[in-house]
Amino acid sequence: MTLFKSLSAFALGAALLSSTAFAGEIILNSDHSDPAPKKAMEELIADFQKANPDITVKWNNFDHEGYKSAIRNFLTADAPDVAAWYAGNRMEPFVKAGLFEDVSDVWEANGLDEQLKSASASMTIDGKKWGVPYTYYQWGIYYRKDIFAEQGIEPPKNWAEFLAACEKLKTAGITPITIGTKALWPTGGWFDYLNLRVNGYEFHMELTSGKVPYTDPRVKAVFEKWGELVNAGYFNENHAAIDWQDAIPQMVQGKAAMYLMGNFAVATMKDGGLKEEQIGFMQFPEITAGIPMSEEAPTDTFHIPSGAKNKDDAKKFLAYLASPEAQTKMNATLGQLPVNNQAEKPADPFLSAGFEMLSNAYALAQFYDRDANAEMAKAGMEGFQEFMVKPDRLDAILERLEKVRARVHK
Amino acid sequence: MSNTVPSSSGFWKRNQQTLAPFLFLAPGMLMFLIYVLVPIFESIWISFHDWDGLGAMTWIGFGNYAELMDDDSFYTSLYNNVIWLVLYLLSIPAGLAVALFLNQTVTGIRLYKSLFFFPFVISQVVVGLMFTWFYAPDFGLFAKLTEVLFGSQIAVLADERYVTYGIIVAGLWPQTAYCMILYLTGLNNINPEQVEAARMDGAKGLKLLWYVILPQLAPATFIAMVVTVIGSLRSFDLVSIMTAGGPYGSSQVLSYFMYEQALSEYGFRMGYGASIAVVLFLIMMVFISLFIVRMLAQERNA
Repeated sequence: MTLFKSLSAFALGAALLSSTAFAGEIILNSDHSDPAPKKAMEELIADFQKANPDITVKWNNFDHEGYKSAIRNFLTADAPDVAAWYAGNRMEPFVKAGLFEDVSDVWEANGLDEQLKSASASMTIDGKKWGVPYTYYQWGIYYRKDIFAEQGIEPPKNWAEFLAACEKLKTAGITPITIGTKALWPTGGWFDYLNLRVNGYEFHMELTSGKVPYTDPRVKAVFEKWGELVNAGYFNENHAAIDWQDAIPQMVQGKAAMYLMGNFAVATMKDGGLKEEQIGFMQFPEITAGIPMSEEAPTDTFHIPSGAKNKDDAKKFLAYLASPEAQTKMNATLGQLPVNNQAEKPADPFLSAGFEMLSNAYALAQFYDRDANAEMAKAGMEGFQEFMVKPDRLDAILERLEKVRARVHK
Repeated sequence: MSNTVPSSSGFWKRNQQTLAPFLFLAPGMLMFLIYVLVPIFESIWISFHDWDGLGAMTWIGFGNYAELMDDDSFYTSLYNNVIWLVLYLLSIPAGLAVALFLNQTVTGIRLYKSLFFFPFVISQVVVGLMFTWFYAPDFGLFAKLTEVLFGSQIAVLADERYVTYGIIVAGLWPQTAYCMILYLTGLNNINPEQVEAARMDGAKGLKLLWYVILPQLAPATFIAMVVTVIGSLRSFDLVSIMTAGGPYGSSQVLSYFMYEQALSEYGFRMGYGASIAVVLFLIMMVFISLFIVRMLAQERNA
């Protein structure tokens, strides 16, 4: 039965992909294949159709990884009317190739410049808006509250306190920080935060957009701070062999105490057996005093491909997606934060802590692999991983990164 | 009108002998042309361009190749490919040993044979996953074992010194089974009279194996060699599953490097990927030509 279902769903999907949309129908491609995102999308589509009875939404749901290459094909070959993607430099290649439609008019008509203010900068390229953001989530340090209490550690507010806390944990035989760098991207979180705290948001953006060489002394200063953690052995060993999920059991078993991660890690920690009161959330500590605190908040978005056949109805969909009601409901299911600042505050303690932090943030970064050019991001994160294993190779790593930067940003 | 039909059937009758083979070959040739020959030349063409797969292609001549010569990852991949090539050949003697061991008449030998053949039947992806867990720090069997033996865990897949060897061991497991099957069929065709005669002359043990059995197994050895060499150059799935080229690119091989540059999430440098593919193709061509020359020579002798 399930096989038949999935087969027929597949056949249906294939048929939809090739069919041309008629008036009143929009085709939507997205990668909401995990259970919670899938449910959120189903609800969103149902509510949208209720609000707009004359429009039906045909939804093609892709596998998360496959989507990243599929989008390149369907945008050029047989464009849907709405497609999911990400903010920041991740959408730049499609914007530059003329594959995304300018949706500045949707923003203007619905007052989104005000309501989606926090994500406005990351949706803008060449002064135009290229999509509508609907969700983001905070990054920060998740820690074992009970272990901190046992060791008499207060959540550190600055670098000195942070190092002291690490030292205390290490002496107690607990790995201070857990991480799994096999998939590379978790290293990006550390680099981003260290750079945001050492040099600030403006420098971070200049660096990720390729305007500053990686051999700059300010970049070196970031790695100096990072090296203080690496050389003291505050990270778990063998992190290069494990995925981010595999780093969590360490924390659940009480062998490690802190994890710099996105909010999605909370669900995995709870699945692993941690109770809500055992998990604490704190903002990444201050390093250079006086630099305003910026945060990481990767934003997910929807766009209209320029090859879309039913752009009018697609714009209606984006307008609906941007509304406070839709974003409140959708993010309650997703377990993430609404971008619309008139949406309701989430009830979950971690989300409301994140909401608090992000609304007071000086600026929001998207994450290293979304802010930096894709090729640069790959080389960069590989370099970060190498640094975390062989910190003494720093100069060679930075020179290599500079070579890539010089080529990518000619 | 009426005389065109007999004339065309006359043409067919006259040339049937010469045309028939080409007609039978046509579907295969067409497929070969579309799926093999054209893509090869297309790849070579793309390798002279800077292209992201979406926008316009820019001609840069040998730019990609010049960059390749200056790329550390390329040399890492090339070096790893050589290690793969050399160590993967171990599966041939290993396969022969297992085949000789299994080539006896004992009750249930079919069961043992199928058990030994099992690793070749399961997908490479599954093999990769199994070995990843085997090597995994903290809970993997191998990591536990090294902890008992050396006092500290060795995380094979996180250490640039061991990672390639770790993956090759995983690859040898199914490849040995493959070579074993080739040798088992070869052993079935051994001429018993020759073995008998050799025994009468007093040959036994290694001497018998070296001078009587192995020469008769030459065709099997040849096929095993071809399959293993090409398999080692194509080693992609295990690298992709077990390490994704990591840690920091130290377990990359050319085929994975190409995939990463041209098709992965962070890549889409079609031109650069194509130039890697061309280099890999040239390396493979060396071996393939050697094999073909040998095969032609054999056919002429036969």
